[in-house]
Amino acid sequence: MSAPAPLTITGGLLIRPDGTPQKGGLRSADGIIVATGTISPEPGDTVIEAKGALIAPGLVDLGVFAIDKPAFHFGGITRAALMPDQGTVLDRPSAVRYAAQSGKPDLWVHPLAAATGSLAGRELAEIALMRDAGAKAVATGRHWIADSGTMARLLSYCAMLGLVVVTHAEDSGLTGSAVATAGEMATRLGLPSAPAEAEALAVARDIALAEMTGARLHIRQLTTAGSIALVRAAKARGVAVTAGVTPAHFMLSNLAMAEFRTFARLSPPLRSEADRRAVLAALADGTIDVIASGHDPRGPEDKRLPFADAEPGMAGAETLLPMTLTLVRDGVIDLTRAFALLAANPARLLGVDAGLLATGMQADIALIDPAKPWVVDSGKMAAAAGNTPFDRQPVQGRVLALFKGGAAVG
Amino acid sequence: MDWQSGLRNAARQLMPLSSMTSTKLAQAGRYPAGSAAFPHRGLVGLAGIAPHELLFLLDEAEQWVELNRSAKKRDERLAGLTIINAFFENSTRTLLSFEIAGKRLGADVVNMHAAQSSVKKGETLIDTAMTLNAMRADAMVIRHASSGAVQLIAGKVDCPVLNAGDGQHEHPTQGLLDALTIRRAKGELNGLTVTICGDILHSRVARSNIHCLTTLGAEVRVCAPPALMPAEVEAMKVTPFHDFDAALAGADVVMMLRLQQERMQGQFIPSPREFRHLYGLTLDRLAKAKPDALVMHPGPMNRGIEIDSNVADLPGRSAITTQVEMGVAIRMACLDVLTRKARGVEGWA
Repeated sequence: MSAPAPLTITGGLLIRPDGTPQKGGLRSADGIIVATGTISPEPGDTVIEAKGALIAPGLVDLGVFAIDKPAFHFGGITRAALMPDQGTVLDRPSAVRYAAQSGKPDLWVHPLAAATGSLAGRELAEIALMRDAGAKAVATGRHWIADSGTMARLLSYCAMLGLVVVTHAEDSGLTGSAVATAGEMATRLGLPSAPAEAEALAVARDIALAEMTGARLHIRQLTTAGSIALVRAAKARGVAVTAGVTPAHFMLSNLAMAEFRTFARLSPPLRSEADRRAVLAALADGTIDVIASGHDPRGPEDKRLPFADAEPGMAGAETLLPMTLTLVRDGVIDLTRAFALLAANPARLLGVDAGLLATGMQADIALIDPAKPWVVDSGKMAAAAGNTPFDRQPVQGRVLALFKGGAAVG
Repeated sequence: MDWQSGLRNAARQLMPLSSMTSTKLAQAGRYPAGSAAFPHRGLVGLAGIAPHELLFLLDEAEQWVELNRSAKKRDERLAGLTIINAFFENSTRTLLSFEIAGKRLGADVVNMHAAQSSVKKGETLIDTAMTLNAMRADAMVIRHASSGAVQLIAGKVDCPVLNAGDGQHEHPTQGLLDALTIRRAKGELNGLTVTICGDILHSRVARSNIHCLTTLGAEVRVCAPPALMPAEVEAMKVTPFHDFDAALAGADVVMMLRLQQERMQGQFIPSPREFRHLYGLTLDRLAKAKPDALVMHPGPMNRGIEIDSNVADLPGRSAITTQVEMGVAIRMACLDVLTRKARGVEGWA
C-alpha cells in the first residue's frame, strides 16, 4: 500500500489538547501530524478546506462489542477497543492478533484481552502473551469477577505488565438475573430488578483492590450516584482509577423502559433520574474520564422478545458524538473536554499515540459540523442493527469527513 | 382535583340515574355510549384503565353471573368466532375458566399448550403468535412467564388480545374478578380497606389488584417481608407493611397470595414454616381484621402455609370459591366486550 499524499486541512476550528478551539488547520505527512495552527499547504499536498467545520481528533471508542465499520465511520470513530466477549473469546494470543488486524487500514481495532479463560472469572488468561499480540488493555467482559482473590491476582499481575484493567461493575450476588434497577419502574413492569447499590459494592471492592495492588483500574460504565461518590473520593486520594459511561446513562433514565422497550434493555440497566443527574455532575467535574458507545448491534432475534428474555445492549456508535455534543450545548462540559472524553482520555488509557491533534500524533481526524440537525432512525442506521434507545430523537452534530492516518476514509 | 374526588363527584352525579326505575335508561346513562364505554382493543393490563371502564366490565359481568347460575348456561353471541387460548406457561384454573367462558358464549375455543407446541422446537414467541394470527383467531388469550410478553404479541396480531398473566406484571382478569367478588360482598369498593399479604414481589395478581382497587377508591395495604416487597411500591398508591397484624387492623378484605417459589432465585424466606409464623392467615390473625372481613386467595392455595384450612373454608367469610365463580363471568364479559367491534355490534363496529 502506497503512503497517501501529505494532507493539509485549512479554515476550520481546531480542537486543541488544551485551551479553547482555535481557527486554523493542520498538516500531516506519512500518517503523522506534522503541524497545527495557521497552516499553508505545500506543493503536492491533498488540501481540504474545512469551511469553518470543527477539526477534531477521530473518536477512540473504549469498549465495543462488535466491529461495525459503517457505524464507526458514520460516528467519526477511527479506533475501537474491542471487548473480549466475541464468538471466539479474546482469551488467547491468536484471537487477539487476528482481531487487531481486522479493521485496518481505515479502522484500528484495539483488542481488550479477556482477564480470565473463557471470561469465566476463575483462571487468569495468558495476559502477557496477549499484550505482545496486540492487546491494549485487559477486560473482565460483560461481567464482574465475583471472586475477590482472582480479582486481586489479576490486578497485581496487570499492574506489573502495565495494562489497564477494564471492569464491569455489578455485584453479581446482588444482581442475580435482574434486568432493571430496583424502583418504581421495575415494580410497575414486574421485572426482576436489583438495587443500584450493586454497582457501588462492585466499585468499592475493585477500588480497594486496585489501591492495594497499585493497578490501573478503569470502570467501563459508572452509572450511579453511590459509585460515582466512591470514584470521586478514590481519585481525590490518588488512586489510579478512571471511569467511563455511555450516552444512554446520561441521556435516559429507567423511564425509557416503559412499554417494555427492549432497545432500553442495557447492562448495567438504566437508572433513576437522580443517578442520571449524578452522571452529568461526574462528567462536569472530571470524575468520569471517558464516553464510549458500548456499541452492541442486536437484531430482532435478540431484541424482539419479552424484556427480560431480550439481550442487553445498544447500537451506539452513530449517536456517540451527537449525544456528547448535547452536553456541550447544555453547558455541562465544553468542546475541549468533550473530545478529551471521546478521544484523548481513552487513547491515553490504551497507550496509543492518537486522540490528540498535536505534532507527532497519528493523523486520525474528523471534520464535524456540530450543529447539523438529523433524526435518529432505527430503520436507517449504518450499524449492523438498529437497536437504539434514541429512535426518532432529533439530534445535532454530524461527521463531514474522516481521515485515518492521514488518508480519507470511505 | 385529584382522581379520587373526581370519582366521588362522578358517583354523586350518577346517583339519580341509579334510582330511576327503568334499568334500560339507567344503563344508557351510566356509561358513554357504545365503544366509548370501553375503548380498548384488548386487555393487557389494568394500569391506566379508567374507573368507569372498570365499572363497565364489572357491570357487564353481572348478567353472566346470573346466566352461569341458571340451568341453561348458554348464550350464542360469539357463535362462529374462534378464540385461541395460547398458554406458554402452565395453568389449570385460568385456562379452564377462559375455555368455559368462551364456550358458554358459543365460541369455538381451542387451547395451545406451550409444552406441546413448536415453542419447544426453538420457534420465537413472535413467530408462534404470527402463526396463530394467520389462522384468523377472533381473540387470543395469552399467558406467558415473561413480563411484557403479552403486550409484545398484542402489538403484532390483528385480533384483540387478553392477558391471562404475564410474568410478574399483570393478570387483569384476576384483578377484575377479585373486584367483582368484593363488590358483591361489600356493596361497593370505594372506601374499603383491602390488605394483600404474601409474595407481592413476584405477584402479577397483586399488581392487577392494586391498579383496579386503588382506581376504584379502595385503600390498599400490601404486606410482605422486605425480600418479597417490590421497591418503591408506595408509588403505586399503596401502604406497605411488614407486620401482618398491623396490616390486618381494620381491614375489610384480606387477600392472601401464594409463595411463588418457582419464580424465586435464591432464598427469599428461611422456610415455609417460618413464613407461616409471620404471615400465615390463622383464625387468631383474622380476628385482627374487621369482624366481617372477607377472606380471599387467587389460588392455588398452599394450605397450612399462607392460609390455614379452617380460614380458607370459613363459612360466610371465605370468598375463595366465589372468586373462581366470578372468574368465569368476568372472562365472559371481557370476551363479549372485546369482540363487539368484530361482531359489528351497534355502536362498537
